[in-house]
Amino acid sequence: MATRRQFIRISAIGAGAVMAGAAGLKLLASDLTEGQKATLAALTGRTPTYCEVCFWKCAGWVYKDEKGSIKKIIGNNEDLNCNGRFCPRGTGGVGMYHDEDRLRTPLIRVEERGKQSFREATWEEAFDYISEKIKAISAEHGPECIALFTHGSGGKYFSTLLRALGSPHIAAPSYAQCRGPREVAFQATFGEALESPEPLDIRDTKCLVLIGSHLGENMHNGQVQEMSDAIDKGATIITVDPRFSTAAGKSKYWLPIKPATDLALLLAWINVIISEELYDKPYVEKYTYGFEYLKEHVKNMTPEWAYGITTIDPTVIRETAREMANASPAVIVHPGRHVTWYGDDTQRLRAVAILNALLGSWGRRGGFFRTETFELPEPPHPAYPTPKRTWRTEFPDLYKLADTVLANGVCDATVPDPSRNCKFQAWIVNGTNLMETLPNQENTLKAIQALQLLVVVDTMPMEITGWADVVLPECTYLERYDDLRVGPHRKPQIALRSPAAEPSHNTKPAFYMARELAKRLGVIEYFPFEKIEDQLDWQLKQVGSSLEEMKRTGVKTFDRTADNLYFYPDEDVEFYTATGKIELYSTALEEAGFDPMPKYTAHEEPPAGFYRLNYGRAPMHTFSRTSNNPNLTDLMDENSVWVNPRVAKEWGLSTGQYVHLVNQDGRKSEFPIRVRVTERIRWDSVYMVHGFGHQEKKLRRCYGKGASDTNLITKVLVDPVMGGTGMRGNFVTFITDLKGEEVIS
Amino acid sequence: MRYAMAVDTKKCVGCSDCVVACQTENNVPIGFCRDWVVEVMDGSYPQLEIELRSERCNHCSNAPCVRCCPTGASHIVEGGIVLVKPTRCIGCGACIASCPYDARYPHPKGYVDKCTFCIHRVKQGMKPACVAVCPTKCMYFGDLDDPNSDVSVILKKRKSKTLIPEAGTQPQLYFLI
Repeated sequence: MATRRQFIRISAIGAGAVMAGAAGLKLLASDLTEGQKATLAALTGRTPTYCEVCFWKCAGWVYKDEKGSIKKIIGNNEDLNCNGRFCPRGTGGVGMYHDEDRLRTPLIRVEERGKQSFREATWEEAFDYISEKIKAISAEHGPECIALFTHGSGGKYFSTLLRALGSPHIAAPSYAQCRGPREVAFQATFGEALESPEPLDIRDTKCLVLIGSHLGENMHNGQVQEMSDAIDKGATIITVDPRFSTAAGKSKYWLPIKPATDLALLLAWINVIISEELYDKPYVEKYTYGFEYLKEHVKNMTPEWAYGITTIDPTVIRETAREMANASPAVIVHPGRHVTWYGDDTQRLRAVAILNALLGSWGRRGGFFRTETFELPEPPHPAYPTPKRTWRTEFPDLYKLADTVLANGVCDATVPDPSRNCKFQAWIVNGTNLMETLPNQENTLKAIQALQLLVVVDTMPMEITGWADVVLPECTYLERYDDLRVGPHRKPQIALRSPAAEPSHNTKPAFYMARELAKRLGVIEYFPFEKIEDQLDWQLKQVGSSLEEMKRTGVKTFDRTADNLYFYPDEDVEFYTATGKIELYSTALEEAGFDPMPKYTAHEEPPAGFYRLNYGRAPMHTFSRTSNNPNLTDLMDENSVWVNPRVAKEWGLSTGQYVHLVNQDGRKSEFPIRVRVTERIRWDSVYMVHGFGHQEKKLRRCYGKGASDTNLITKVLVDPVMGGTGMRGNFVTFITDLKGEEVIS
Repeated sequence: MRYAMAVDTKKCVGCSDCVVACQTENNVPIGFCRDWVVEVMDGSYPQLEIELRSERCNHCSNAPCVRCCPTGASHIVEGGIVLVKPTRCIGCGACIASCPYDARYPHPKGYVDKCTFCIHRVKQGMKPACVAVCPTKCMYFGDLDDPNSDVSVILKKRKSKTLIPEAGTQPQLYFLI
């Protein structure tokens, strides 16, 4: 695009969209084969699915009312991820289907006299437009300059498309904006990443240690369920959090730590466990490498040393370390999930991993179990072409331990930079609202302006949609098949997602979109099945099941074929590290030029009158994707900023009042946010739930309500080990005079 | 037979799943609810305590809503469940005013609505939707006259309280503390 890309509010499209939607629906119905019509007609009673509201992917049943409309979703009793119980977001998944603000028909950006807008398009037009652009970009710059950002099941098919074209650039923000440092740290220590769902044996643990992890507000279903089981069985919970979280309220010990100092506490715990000889000696001796180095490394990191940093009483540090040791090996120092905080996150998670190793919890009942993932054959297709370039070329010698494509890396490499041979020309964004996902929105916009093509695939008009050249409206997970779920668990299990209703309006599943593009781009041989149900049936038949069986059962559980859930006594275990042992001293980190053992470094503190911006989750919302869901906004329709009463007094704030927040770089919140004065937060930080403050007017229920934390995260603390984007180094202050600005509530 | 429910405040995380599950099960219109979550915080930083509980109609044995109903729409059925018959209800709101728990709401269709303990499910041998969905399994339901019911067993084992007992309504919603 020759001119600068303008943000287009989808609301600019009036009644026409509805008409096009209706026309599209007719077209869709006529597209169906007799077999498909019969299948859809037979969709009465319950239909199996797995949830897409978060990535726990619980399997459940969709029920319809007598009029054939989707009524409720209930967990599948046989599902290992949910045990028959959905979380509020999964239960409220019906709202995603019924949301009247959904995207309805494909849109293409057009320009008339300098004014850009979207025009409604047919699917054929949209596919032709995209494929022509991709062909031209590939010819001029190579297919490697096409990137995919994905955070949704449909991403699987776009990923096949990109690989088939010869691009390795498939990025998921769930890595460098979330779990990445943890995966690298556990890989470096135990030779294995944790993945999702994490192999935590919470139900049988005697001691659960949560560090900034707010289970219960963070509604990872299986873990919340097991935490409740553990409470029933009398387990000790230790919570480390500057905020009195829900989990803190269930804890025997709450350590109200000074933010950004967690690593000092972890090192002090390691110090106590080693100096008081509380570690699992036979385990450490048999399975670990580098104990003597570690002992020497932490010898001065006493609870008294940590007290000055963390503000946690040394007696409490000792007492909690002993609690952990008493429970050993049935103890879990929880690795967390969103761990990109301060830029030294891999090292902090290394300390977590080391602590677990000393307590002997890896591979033990009540600690970390050994998962098994079901191996499902992929449909046969030719080998993918070998890419000539990767994102790493743009970042020589940086983020050496990153084992996947960095979403922020692709974004940075898209921004024109004289020092960089920038080549990214096209992005396909599937199911992730990059504007709210990547920190430093200004940078993301710079990248977007440099693109020749931006395709957004989503169910809702999110902020990223307004920057697209082409918008492809995806039907919701309740209206489509997707890949079978095969995630790791105590037993191998597969789960089916099948449509409970026809796609609404003129929406389509990602499989169809990717395949249609593959056709036009000459790589159709990578999609050997025309219909996804035939592909699923083929896959299932390879493993002795069928689509027909899975439609009846929803999930299918298999016996374990590999090793036991826990280590046998004295079992000889080979860990996938260079030494074959659990590496307390990391040879991989050392080789890459990083500290082989974690060191505490002080992080910047808020200037006077500023407070550290902390953010987290509410149990009824997932990221920014649920903010407009009618059922879930009914529970919570805006976020608030939590302020300690001492701070409130200083600023004259009271609960219910609206303020603006402004950060250290002068970035002001887009909308005012409601104040919640509460004792539950420390005086040096404020807290808000992520995912609010939407700027897209078409999201009628959530537009302008609350503030976006992402908007206030302009400073990013990048983890040198793997490129994670630390987001907790931002400080905000209050603007109490709204100057008559209207509050949307 | 005497149906009752117990909610474990030690396990409830206040996620509101009970609220959504009730809404979808019972077609409760958006903007209204038959059950809800309450957070009670006590203390000052860092000496804090928090109680989370899922609340709903207490299905009182001495129900003021039934006594004050001018049309007999509010009534008690077998098992002590307090119900509203929409066809008899004139929407006068006397019951809403009389309920110390604020458990009733005016349905947009003109009648007063509230928790039924999911009697339609209970009759089929299922648990109320909120109990069945709760990820923390913090809710127990059953017949107090049956010593082996989930609710009888847990009330025997644990300390519990009711809300506003001084109102004399004899509530049948217990909170494990």
